Amino acid sequence: MKKVFKMRDLDCANCARKMEDAIRRIDGVADVQINFLLQKMVLTADDTHFDEIVEQAARVCRKIERHCVILR
Amino acid sequence: MTGKQKRTSARILLSAILFGTAIILPLQGNARLIVFILPYLIIGADVLWHALSGIAHAQIFDENFLMALATIGALCIGEYPEAVAVMLFYQVGEFFQDYAVNRSRQSIAALMDICPDSANLEKDGELFSVLPDAVNVGDIIVVKPGERIPLDGSIVTGSSSLNTAALTGEPLPRPVSAGDEVFSGSINETGLLRIQVSRPFADSTVSRILELVENASANKAKAEHFITRFARWYTPCVVGAALLVALIPPLCLRGDWQKWLYQALTFLVVSCPCALVISIPLSFFGGIGGASRRGILVKGGNYLEALADAETVVFDKTGTLTSGNFRVTEICPLLDITARDLLTYAALAEIYSDHPIARSLRDAAGELDRTRVDTVHEEAGLGVRAMVDGTPVAAGSRQLMDALCLTVDSFSENGSTAVHVAIDNQYAGYIIIADEPKPHTADTIAALRRLGIRRTVMLTGDRPARAAQIAASLGLDDYRAELLPHDKVACIESLLTEQTGGRLIFVGDGINDAPALSRADIGIAMGGLGTDAAIEAADLVIMDDSIAKVAEAIAIARRTRRIVRQNIIFALSVKGLVLLAGLVGAANMWFAVFADVGVALLAVVNAMRCLHTGHPASVEQKS
Repeated sequence: MKKVFKMRDLDCANCARKMEDAIRRIDGVADVQINFLLQKMVLTADDTHFDEIVEQAARVCRKIERHCVILR
Repeated sequence: MTGKQKRTSARILLSAILFGTAIILPLQGNARLIVFILPYLIIGADVLWHALSGIAHAQIFDENFLMALATIGALCIGEYPEAVAVMLFYQVGEFFQDYAVNRSRQSIAALMDICPDSANLEKDGELFSVLPDAVNVGDIIVVKPGERIPLDGSIVTGSSSLNTAALTGEPLPRPVSAGDEVFSGSINETGLLRIQVSRPFADSTVSRILELVENASANKAKAEHFITRFARWYTPCVVGAALLVALIPPLCLRGDWQKWLYQALTFLVVSCPCALVISIPLSFFGGIGGASRRGILVKGGNYLEALADAETVVFDKTGTLTSGNFRVTEICPLLDITARDLLTYAALAEIYSDHPIARSLRDAAGELDRTRVDTVHEEAGLGVRAMVDGTPVAAGSRQLMDALCLTVDSFSENGSTAVHVAIDNQYAGYIIIADEPKPHTADTIAALRRLGIRRTVMLTGDRPARAAQIAASLGLDDYRAELLPHDKVACIESLLTEQTGGRLIFVGDGINDAPALSRADIGIAMGGLGTDAAIEAADLVIMDDSIAKVAEAIAIARRTRRIVRQNIIFALSVKGLVLLAGLVGAANMWFAVFADVGVALLAVVNAMRCLHTGHPASVEQKS
């Protein structure tokens, strides 16, 4: 499943890159693109665990940038 | 300014004042530390806090952590003013950088603000304001003057002029009236229009354009991939180097601990690759955005980058170089009559015909007197026979002449369409009708050559003689004639083998060129407005019919590439300079802060130049 999420308070481009790297390592993630300029994340991942994966991704993002929120 | 920005600017100001006071006060020892610590904490508290939480999450290459480490280090070795100044400059730089990035984001968003929020749906004689995606195919919507058309459709009643600048970059308004097809995103300038919706919102022109431009950032350019890979290694390497600089000279070369620690700390300040990570994608995004404002849709940074390397441009003839409008190019009377008379006779015979060829004959002949024509017989597919001034005249194909038992021997077919004329049952000559080159085609070819395109080639189904004539008149280097549609791909393939390192671009009208468009390095489809096939198959879509935009697109690509290179070289060389200075023990933390945030700021500002592509398409109306 491929879904687009809006992100809030993604303040640093290098962090967006780090988040991409980290989310890509989550099990079941086929592809992820974080667009710093549009503040958007396009996540392609396993259908069955999609919600869990999004939850994990949000945790990873918070780790890298504390304020950053994935809007769902 | 947002609330956050206001708070930050207040903190910067307060801290700067305290910092200035601290420098003036003639204090020593702990008192001196205290007056410097105060502005340091005011400006740096959030950085320190983020650094702490970064450590908790094992984010040791976090920007905040490195900045905190550098300044605390400076405090420890007694460089108090340095510590405060670094933090202060860092925050000022971040502040401006945020501001610049936000501005860029807004200008890009404004560019995409071509989508109306509501549609006026007409139901049972009343108007309802609804969301565009709530309107169904077949519904009637009303668009008032000054409003944007929300959905694609055709006009039921009303006439107006439309500004399609947001879609095509063409600022001249287009007159429309009942029956015409209109596209979402254009602005209705003068009259009230009732439109029957022909496509759901998700498939409308405006949605497709927006989707395409937004998705474009997923197709990353090589330069972007390079930066991503670079960023992954850069920070750890610089931090590692900092460690070595702090340890090796004091341990092995009996250097001064304090001095080399200071050098190492400057390394930490420049260890963030932010300038590159922000500005390179921003440049491509700006270039794509700027191009879309000119009616050129680019499907990704990779295509924009490749376009800058264009070496050969291959054009399809009909619909691309020529408009598909026929025109009289040659009149050859063989009997004892003037060219003028031959044309007039042919045009008179064809006076009631609706065929494009007949129309072009009449256009060339000018004013015609209908009363001279009598008893017209259309010979389907062959031509016409008529009485003109009481004399039988036949005009049409060679087969028509054959049917009249007339021999056409002095004529050699050269690929273009010929109208043969017989007057009084005698073969009188022929008139050549040809496809007319679009305006500015020759100029565009010349412009391409000025841009350094090595070779321009035309592909056509015409006979070689005619192809050579067109190629020569337009200034093309080469042509391939007598091609059937499926030959085009083979042609592209053979041309690809003749490349000398650059890219091959194919420009077609997208209707039957899909395979060629995808076989070429870059496929550019012309006249994308309303043709889905073109938008699907091509890498670049030129929304209107203007061939000049091929050259413009290449110019935009070149400019974007230039700006990207400037930013890469600028950022790397300034940071490199600081690192080099650090290695020989001459680094300065003030300069290091400039190399970090100052460079990022300048790179962002430079990147935004990509967005400015020539004259603005239109004065946007408030809708």
